[in-house]
Amino acid sequence: MSTNASSQIIRTGSGARFVIYTILALFCLYYLLPLYVMVVNSLKPLSEIQAGGMMALPGDWTLEPWKSAWSTAQIGVAATGLKPYFLNSILMVVPAVAISTVLGALNGYVLTKWRFRGDTIVFGLLLFGCFIPFQMVLIPMARMLGLMGLAGTVPGLIFVHLVYGIGFSTLYFRNYYQQFPTELVRAAMIDGAGFFTIFYRIMLPSSGPIAVVCIIWQFTNIWNDFLFGASFSDFDSQPMTVALNNLVQSSTGVKEYNVHFAGAIMAALPTLLVYIVAGRYFVRGLMAGSVKG
Amino acid sequence: MTTTTTRHRAGDDWLRNALPKLVLSPSFAMVLIFVYGFILFTFYLSFTDSRILPSYGLVGWENYTKLFSVRAWGIAVDNVLIFGSLYIVICCALGLMLAILLDQQIRAEGFIRTIYLYPMALSFIVTGTAWKWFLDPGIGLQAVVRSWGWESFTFEWIKDSDMAIYSIVIAAVWQTSGFVMAMFLAGLRGIDNEVLKAAQIDGASNWALYRRIVIPQLRPAFMSAFVVLAHMAIKSYDLIIALTGGGPGTATELPATFMYSYTFTRNQMGIGAASATIMLMSIAAIMVPYIWSELREKK
Repeated sequence: MSTNASSQIIRTGSGARFVIYTILALFCLYYLLPLYVMVVNSLKPLSEIQAGGMMALPGDWTLEPWKSAWSTAQIGVAATGLKPYFLNSILMVVPAVAISTVLGALNGYVLTKWRFRGDTIVFGLLLFGCFIPFQMVLIPMARMLGLMGLAGTVPGLIFVHLVYGIGFSTLYFRNYYQQFPTELVRAAMIDGAGFFTIFYRIMLPSSGPIAVVCIIWQFTNIWNDFLFGASFSDFDSQPMTVALNNLVQSSTGVKEYNVHFAGAIMAALPTLLVYIVAGRYFVRGLMAGSVKG
Repeated sequence: MTTTTTRHRAGDDWLRNALPKLVLSPSFAMVLIFVYGFILFTFYLSFTDSRILPSYGLVGWENYTKLFSVRAWGIAVDNVLIFGSLYIVICCALGLMLAILLDQQIRAEGFIRTIYLYPMALSFIVTGTAWKWFLDPGIGLQAVVRSWGWESFTFEWIKDSDMAIYSIVIAAVWQTSGFVMAMFLAGLRGIDNEVLKAAQIDGASNWALYRRIVIPQLRPAFMSAFVVLAHMAIKSYDLIIALTGGGPGTATELPATFMYSYTFTRNQMGIGAASATIMLMSIAAIMVPYIWSELREKK
């Protein structure tokens, strides 16, 4: 491997290596523990959890908690299970991710290949918008959505996520296109290719990796959002995270921990799957959002 | 004939020059209005007598003086300082240690990294739910250890007003420390081996190599980790809602939960806007210099 591990220089004895492997393994257990807790407890009857058996494997394996969490559990006022809210989240995520990615690609293209006076300032303003505490926009956004007739609807949430997602999409594509040889773009211009032709024919075909990074980042962020969902949705337009929180926090009746765990896994599954399938891109997105250059 | 073609060309040129800006302008306009316009609006509200709805009667600094005399805000500020500093320090220490250990040509490194990092893919609501019940004395860790025979074992931080904030640190560190590890690991992989070789020939021990040469070179990674973690700490909202709901009482109130409850449930929108403004200021104090330096380096 050509990866530049310092360890190619630093040698460790076999005793030290044993210690290192032990520590690394212990931390694997630490990170996996909550996942283990969620999975095993979503598959056992409530009585086993109440009897102090949270860490044990199920004595009686059952899928009831999953069925209940999906289709019959009490969420707020209705006993609908999480299914409709899962659907809301999908309806919200897909358009928001698609549009913000396309806009991000176009913006990144303009900011790197069609530079103009003040483009760095424009980018800086877009970028800072990613990091503001969203508490600062909650009040006016609530009014704006009301004026637009989108208050408490899924399209309203799409709009909000789109607006606050553009900064990151632009950041990804800009940093990626910056590495792209400008000579190719110049040559195409001299040949008479226009703005969009260059974008479609030259930039887009090589944008696969960064598009994946951007889509995964936006998908994860928007799916996992709670603040906007809690602020701008009604009972029937809540995203999954808000519904899960309502399920867990509901103070009426017996606390069905096993159902809560099943619901938590359902809320986690889409992003977890994406992470398992395309983890490399996920990590790249995380890093590009923080460490650049 | 000739005049029409030149005119046509001039139009083309104009379009050619304007098109990129036209493409960028919807995004830019949205950000100007919905980020910066809204910031100004909320900032303005923080000087008004807004209660349940925005209202435009100016009251000067009244909301800010009220804000700083409210006990809940004092708790929220203390909490964010305790939570933020522990969160940053523990994440960095753990992240650095794991990165250095993983950098020793470990078999299955990729697999281990995947395990360390997966919490970052989860929603804070999911993390909060899992830890809420795991830390719950009635069914979680305490009940389990007691059922194993250690009858006097007690772990009730999440129910204890003085300790609840630390249970939030536990869950938050679990979620983010793998990410910090990845940042440090990337930093380690970028270090020039030649200097290390030279120092080793001079007889430096492994410990000295790391302390004197490797860790000082990780400064940029420390900077990034600090900025990311600090801004996450200030914005923390979901995790608190899912884990403790700000309780017991107001023991785990943070600025974000304070802002939400004052604005939307207690109908003190002016004070809520003032608290949001303070949050923005503190994040700006961290982010603006960082973004500034990042953009300048690029030039």
